[in-house]
Amino acid sequence: MNPALIKPPLFLACLAPLGYYAWGAQTDTLGANPIEAVTRGLGDWALNFLLITLMVTPLRRLSGWAWLGRLRRMVGLFVFFYASLHLATYLWFDQFFDWQAIAKDILKRPFITVGMISFALLLPLAATSNAFAIRKLGGRRWQELHRSVYAIGLLAVLHYSWMVKADISRPLTYAAVLGVLLGLRVWWRVQERNKQLAGAYMPGPRGRIIPIVVRK
Amino acid sequence: MLIRRPDDIRPSEITSRCLFERRREFLRLSAGVALAGIFPSAHGALGPGRSSSYSTSETPTPLKHVTAYNNYYEFGTDKEDPARTAHGLRVRPWTISIDGLVRQPKTLGIEDILKLAPLEERIYRLRCVEGWSMVIPWLGIPVSSLLKLVEPLGSAKYVEFITAVQPETMPGTRTRVLDWPYTEGLRLDEAMHPLSIMAAGLYGDVLPNQNGAPLRLVVPWKYGFKSGKSIVRIRFTDKEPRTSWVKSAPQEYGFYSNVNPDVDHPRWSQARERRIGEFSKRTTLMFNGYAEQVGQLYTGMDLRKNF
Repeated sequence: MNPALIKPPLFLACLAPLGYYAWGAQTDTLGANPIEAVTRGLGDWALNFLLITLMVTPLRRLSGWAWLGRLRRMVGLFVFFYASLHLATYLWFDQFFDWQAIAKDILKRPFITVGMISFALLLPLAATSNAFAIRKLGGRRWQELHRSVYAIGLLAVLHYSWMVKADISRPLTYAAVLGVLLGLRVWWRVQERNKQLAGAYMPGPRGRIIPIVVRK
Repeated sequence: MLIRRPDDIRPSEITSRCLFERRREFLRLSAGVALAGIFPSAHGALGPGRSSSYSTSETPTPLKHVTAYNNYYEFGTDKEDPARTAHGLRVRPWTISIDGLVRQPKTLGIEDILKLAPLEERIYRLRCVEGWSMVIPWLGIPVSSLLKLVEPLGSAKYVEFITAVQPETMPGTRTRVLDWPYTEGLRLDEAMHPLSIMAAGLYGDVLPNQNGAPLRLVVPWKYGFKSGKSIVRIRFTDKEPRTSWVKSAPQEYGFYSNVNPDVDHPRWSQARERRIGEFSKRTTLMFNGYAEQVGQLYTGMDLRKNF
């Protein structure tokens, strides 16, 4: 499969949630509290895309479709895109750029604090989502940096669960999916480690052994 | 010879053009009246009700928002859920038992309750603890007209309001998201305050199910969740009742829950609110703007402690 063929329609598909809320706002079909609907919807989609990026590696491993990995950067950048819009709705519609109130809110309210931390952690990942940064950092360091997405996922789910009033069924669903995606990685890691310890990776003697002899 | 013969139809009997053109509307209205007689639960206009000096002159929130954006967890925790699922609520027959520390415990049918006092229109602000607000033209009777009937004893200090649980019609009650039945409570003097009403309608019509049919409490200076919906029992006690939200999260919801911009919810600010239908936020007023009427109920009390 050629990722170049999938990327344009996938890009448009990733914009669909934004289109939905833009259209809804335009036609006034987002219910009685459209601002709340937009704020929450954009946050939901930042989290949805985050879970989708975390699905890429397990899906690639289970299916053997290597090309899936080539789509991950775009979906990952959509996490940042929706998280930025989600933050913008808070700064504008919720606080009307009252920076003093915003600073107080970040310090005082754990769910805002956690949301802000997750956004701050997304910034270096978005900034290094290009070939130049990978070259500059080196593959290994780049990968280590990008592992912080696991922490971002946990913080984002926490942000959601601390926001709701009593019914935590939806944050719990997100937590369960995230748990499976992170659990798979832990499981694979443990298996890898066990294999290594069992010596499965020790290159044993293969073929005919050619004795080294000093030529006379 | 010209003899002027009177018309077959007298002019007074001719339907005027403007009325004739509204004949469909007339038919619809008369059908409604007839149905209301046969099925008491069918929606019929309750009428405008007596106007009241307690009403605000602010513009009421459109009916479509008042009936489509509700917190009624028995019908689901999304605010769009009740409008979708509350149609099944059985609102007739409906009785309310009033007991506890009273001389004359009573069980009253909804029809008798609505005859206790003339229905009044009360246009009140409603402030939800979540930070949004509405203006709603309720139709109701003072809570006091109901409570006086049973002759409360001197030892009665509090009033507990217990709401309906109909597992077959209320999908939310099959989950444990709150402790059912949903209960709320007031201090006796709060309940007897003339601003506290039992509402049976809004916008001149019978209360829609999602708004708490057939009879709900409305206490406009407290956060919306204090105003229990679909009340089935009222109990007088000498101890502060443990309400559903206090049981669910005592550090977040207090018994009093008066609207107070200076005391924040632990997880969000209460300083401002979004009036449904508006873009900018408004400043939240002390006691939701009813400080003049109810402030004296709380003199000497630390409202930070008694939140």
